[in-house]
Amino acid sequence: MKLNNRKLAAPYLVWMVLFTVVPLLIVVYYAFTNVEGAFTLENLARVGGYGSVFVRSLLLALEATVLCLILAFPVAYFLSRLRASKQHIMLMLVMLPMWMNFLLRTYAWMGLLSVNGPINTLLGFLGLGPYTMLNTAGAVVLGMVYNYVPYMILPLYTSMTKIDASIVEAAQDLGANVRQTLVRILIPLSVPGICTGITMVFVPSVSTFAISRMLGGGANLLIGDLIEMQFLGNSYNLNVGSAMSLVLMVIVLLCMSFTSSFDEDEMEGVM
Amino acid sequence: MKQWISLVLCACLAVSLCGLPAYAADDRIEVTEDISVSADYDWTRFAGKNVTLNVYNWGEYISNGSDESVDVVSAFEQLTGIRLNYTTFDSNETMYAKIKSGAANYDVIVPSDYMVAKMAAEGMLAELDLENIPNLALIDEEYKNRDFDPGNRYSVPYMWCTTGIIYNTTMVETAPQRWADLWNEEYAGSILMFNNSRDAYAIGAFKLGQSINPDTVEEMAAVMDELKAQKPLVQAYVMDEIFDKMEGGEAAVGVYYSGDAITMIDDNPDLAWVFPEEGVNLSIDNLCVPATSQNREAAEMFINYLCEVDVGVANCDFIGYSTPSSAVREQLDEELSESPIAYPADEVLANAQVFTNLSDEINDELDVQWSEMKSYNEGGNAYAMLFLLAAGVLLAGFNIWRKLRKKMRNDY
Repeated sequence: MKLNNRKLAAPYLVWMVLFTVVPLLIVVYYAFTNVEGAFTLENLARVGGYGSVFVRSLLLALEATVLCLILAFPVAYFLSRLRASKQHIMLMLVMLPMWMNFLLRTYAWMGLLSVNGPINTLLGFLGLGPYTMLNTAGAVVLGMVYNYVPYMILPLYTSMTKIDASIVEAAQDLGANVRQTLVRILIPLSVPGICTGITMVFVPSVSTFAISRMLGGGANLLIGDLIEMQFLGNSYNLNVGSAMSLVLMVIVLLCMSFTSSFDEDEMEGVM
Repeated sequence: MKQWISLVLCACLAVSLCGLPAYAADDRIEVTEDISVSADYDWTRFAGKNVTLNVYNWGEYISNGSDESVDVVSAFEQLTGIRLNYTTFDSNETMYAKIKSGAANYDVIVPSDYMVAKMAAEGMLAELDLENIPNLALIDEEYKNRDFDPGNRYSVPYMWCTTGIIYNTTMVETAPQRWADLWNEEYAGSILMFNNSRDAYAIGAFKLGQSINPDTVEEMAAVMDELKAQKPLVQAYVMDEIFDKMEGGEAAVGVYYSGDAITMIDDNPDLAWVFPEEGVNLSIDNLCVPATSQNREAAEMFINYLCEVDVGVANCDFIGYSTPSSAVREQLDEELSESPIAYPADEVLANAQVFTNLSDEINDELDVQWSEMKSYNEGGNAYAMLFLLAAGVLLAGFNIWRKLRKKMRNDY
């Protein structure tokens, strides 16, 4: 059997059809039918009533993505300039939090941010506070940034390791200052990493529900919470829940098409 | 002829065997040192028949041998030879969704009152053969024949509790007395509310003096307005997170179930409990058999077993919820059986209301208003969606423009 035999992909193709394509079609079916199974657009119209929740989710996810990008860009750059042996250790440190369960880490933040928590106690020694940090939109964004920042660092780092140090040196030799080097050399050359990073942070942020439940105090409802309520809530409305999921998917697709349009040419081996 | 005689003999033998009391004079069967059950019941009829019962119960809702408690599950297996496959859920709605989807087959489930009514109305519960559950007689009359299941056709009460207010005596100037105190500015920012629509609704309804089971959408809207008005004072909407928050002094006032309040007060003696004057929600969890069950008779045997006094005592000790059986209550430690939280005075119970099932229309509307209430502080619903659509269109347009530009560039 030759290694480029297409049949080798068959097991995964079957898997994908069974567990990705078919469920997606079921979601679409439910979104456009009512309880009796007749075609209707009412579900999508009802999703419109939840506009404020969608906007809030998008805004919070956007904030988290921008913060991640700002935090991750310098980290990824310095990582990529380190000696190879050190790079491995530092990369491992970046991934270290991911070895622990996501819910557990978020739960830990609940304790840290609480009014009687360690952060407020420390501030108390300095004569500040106590501040209400938990149960705010800020806490939700913090949770997103904390949980998803590795997904921004890793693709950025990958694309930056490909930037030859001599290119930066050349720019500086030719008289570019720090800002010019950054804007005209480093950022354009790391666009593929930026795009992948944005997608990998934005998409899980916009659909999360555990973070908003734990850090938002249940009052900062996100799309994820809304969808969960339709399936496991009091009203048990699969059709409206599917319509919401569909809208969310369209938003995510739009976002992905936007970012991927930037790097169609440059994209190689990052995703 | 000989064959006939032997057949008759066999028959006689069989009849005499059946007629004999299966267990000698003593009318209790001792299963383990802690559990003995009534001998007046054929516990062993499924022994050796390889029957497995799938039990779907709330988490931490049976005495299963953890923390050195009595293991009533393995005692049942030992007694009857029936294997138990025990799984747990964390809300009525999760359980409902799972049974409704038909993805799993269960034999015994433990829905609360309103969920019994809902599932019975949708034909999801099997009618119980009460002949197989003689221990129903041990359950007190006041917990039987309730509105959610008249005549106990589908359900046998398992445990009950009430709702009420738990507060930290060191953090409040005046102790809350009524549900209406949860709208008091004094507690602003340190109130914990239920994060589920029905329980939260009940609190608003009590404040307004309405039924906790709304009949009309207008009636419900009035209560939801109250909850909206309360929102700025609420620190968070929580369920089990309340344990950490109350015990750690994060919040001063919270609402929860009496059974769990006992646990919290055990851990932090500064906490105290009050039954609000307006009335409380009495919630009864019930043992039921889903209509899809293949082992109804064995399931009924398990239900009967759970109603046994010794089993009930073990469960109450472990769970901390209240038992609907006086016989069980009498056997409990005095600390628990005389607890004013677990077994409130008669005047509290006289004021109690029980959830019933709501119509689909009201249920839908309740969820819509509940999520609207929770996302309420941000106004401009209609404009927000328009903004969203506009942003989407702009994004798509920008993409197309970029593609066109790139294509034109490549053409040169």
